[in-house]
Amino acid sequence: MSTNRRPDPEQLLRQLQAEEQYYKRGRLKIFLGYAGGVGKSFRMLDEARRRRTRGEDVVVGAIQPKVSAEVEALLQKMPVIPLRTIGGVPTMDVEAILRRHPQVCVVDGLAYDNPPGSPHSKRWQDVEHLLSAGISVIATVNVQHIEERREGVERIWGKHVTETVPESFLRNADEIEIVDAPPDFCLQRDPSPLAAGETSATTSLPQQLSGLREIALLLAADVVDFQLEAYLARHGIEQLWGAHERILVCVSPYAEAAEMIASGRRNAERFHGELFVAYINRPDVTLEEKTLLERNLSHARAAGARIEALDGEDPTYIIMQFARAHGITQIFLANRMSNNWWDRVFGRPVEHLIRAAENIDVRVFPV
Amino acid sequence: MSESVRRGTLKIFLGYAAGVGKTYQMLDEAHKLKNEGIDVVVGYFEPHGRMDTITKAEGLELLPRRKIAYRGAVFGETDVGAILRRRPQVCVIDEFAHTNIPGSEREKRWQDVKVLLDAGIDVLTTMNVQHLESLNDQVWQFTGIRVRETIPDWVVKQADEVVMVDLPPQALLNRLMRGVVYAPEKAHQAMENFFKESTLVALRELAIRQTAHEVDVRQSVQDETEAVGIGGEDHDSLSSQGPRTSDRILILVTEDPSSAALIRRGRRVADYLKADCFALCVFRDGSLHNIPAGQREAVEKHMKFARNLHIEPSVLQGEDVAQTLVDFARLHKITQIFLARPQQKRWPMIFGRGLVERVVRLAHDIQVTIVAEHRRQQEG
Repeated sequence: MSTNRRPDPEQLLRQLQAEEQYYKRGRLKIFLGYAGGVGKSFRMLDEARRRRTRGEDVVVGAIQPKVSAEVEALLQKMPVIPLRTIGGVPTMDVEAILRRHPQVCVVDGLAYDNPPGSPHSKRWQDVEHLLSAGISVIATVNVQHIEERREGVERIWGKHVTETVPESFLRNADEIEIVDAPPDFCLQRDPSPLAAGETSATTSLPQQLSGLREIALLLAADVVDFQLEAYLARHGIEQLWGAHERILVCVSPYAEAAEMIASGRRNAERFHGELFVAYINRPDVTLEEKTLLERNLSHARAAGARIEALDGEDPTYIIMQFARAHGITQIFLANRMSNNWWDRVFGRPVEHLIRAAENIDVRVFPV
Repeated sequence: MSESVRRGTLKIFLGYAAGVGKTYQMLDEAHKLKNEGIDVVVGYFEPHGRMDTITKAEGLELLPRRKIAYRGAVFGETDVGAILRRRPQVCVIDEFAHTNIPGSEREKRWQDVKVLLDAGIDVLTTMNVQHLESLNDQVWQFTGIRVRETIPDWVVKQADEVVMVDLPPQALLNRLMRGVVYAPEKAHQAMENFFKESTLVALRELAIRQTAHEVDVRQSVQDETEAVGIGGEDHDSLSSQGPRTSDRILILVTEDPSSAALIRRGRRVADYLKADCFALCVFRDGSLHNIPAGQREAVEKHMKFARNLHIEPSVLQGEDVAQTLVDFARLHKITQIFLARPQQKRWPMIFGRGLVERVVRLAHDIQVTIVAEHRRQQEG
């Protein structure tokens, strides 16, 4: 390795300690599904079985109370650490697992709440405990139980979910795997794939399942996107063109941006992408300009956009710098009609930006 | 064919690379169907020498391939005639994106599958996301590979189900290293090219998002059918005033090679926005026949490509391309014009002279999208 800087010994030590910590910690793999019957438990136990044949020491730490015949068959061949009861409620026996200290522990259903009197209030915290003790975990969870997706889930399902896992827990997993199947597949294998007795008046069960399936896929895509960005950052790779659509709407005080922002929002929704709205900070802004800009920004806030104030002299340069840094795939601009001699000879700001954008789509809006 | 044959249903197992387990999962489903008493045959199956897949195919009826001689060698393709004669309820056909060897009845395997569906046979098939036509440029940018065997998006859209077959990239790389996917030498080569971790992660994300989109499309079709009671196919036509959208996209097609990427991107955006999509070629003098052969062939190729993606191109004569384009757009209530990005060297020294600037200035009531130029990082 050739270095032109002498490594700071303190920093080197910290880095080594961090790496050591990382290698001591167990690995977490999560199977993500959207309903009962999709096949998460089967896929997880099938992986557990394969790992055992490769010589890994695998035990089952927790399994759902009701399992299918094929899951039962796999379970027969696995060592199981029985659940313990606290206050009459069965719960994962973390102490027993720690004493047994396998290489890999199977935890079916990450989202359970533990009964009062347990060391941790949530099962995912138990898993965290196992990981930090150096035990790898393979686990399952349904999208309904992801804290940050609760709102969308409740809109479709009509049920308030109380047992949740933070999305960051998924993002920081070493691997996630989506277990996908059409709603019919789930219904064939589990007549009530969304917990007993839950019906919503407005939509049919297959429609609800389809909606939840979409949320699960989008969640998985976001987790993968997060991991891709982390990977690219770690390896110092500049992202030229993302798998994820990111739309940047440029607003100013001079043009009404309501239509542009509405269009940006619709595009972001349809592409399941992200919406950014940026404006350029000017020190010499007048009160009137400030009011007009504020009106545009209120549209942006209503659309749920991420709003950014950019500083700098050259608008083309600072917009492009922001766009590249954030993996923007589409820039929306207003085409302000000024036709003075300067613009005719040297080009208008819009034309400069079109020219500079190269690997980004530029959409010019008439105003 | 009889007058009212029920169309077969199509289910696609979508993955993001070789070795994620698409064929395995498809065969697993075939076994399940067979156990339920359904008559299943394997019409085409590509074992790739993978033991777990080969084992998985055992116990299923495998129809022989049709032998086709080409340039002194014999190739095996799907025997559509034999499948039709055998008439199973469900037929398994691996590798949907495959191009048949010259001399086959149809050019593409997806066309073979269409014949089976039309005859009322359900089909299970597999494909990778990189074979989707509208993602061709993006995939090239990730991988440096120009995928030649592509499937138009509308073909996939017509599938009844698209199921994502997932495997984390690290697990796929482990399988590759264990020699499960390819023989050792090929595996090593693959890991230096296509199977780089960052590439796999990006392709995986594309596949997951595509599946989410397919779920979304099927949901809204269902919602609309239930709400309005409409059904059947939606073909974009200039007169269509569909209830689903107000967006109308127009793509300017020229002889420039950038037209292909422009058409793909326009089609993709139109699909996501549920917009109607049109294309236009403008010739300065008269008809197609008066222009040089090379240029004409290029334009015709792009027009054929557009038709292949279900975009009907119009041809107009006009001295002034920008003006003709904008007039046409206004006449047909276009909301968005798609233009290619001119090559750097062709940007005029003085602004306002180039096509893009002229269209932007003329189209003061229409949005204009200048589509990104896809370039690889290392290339000029």
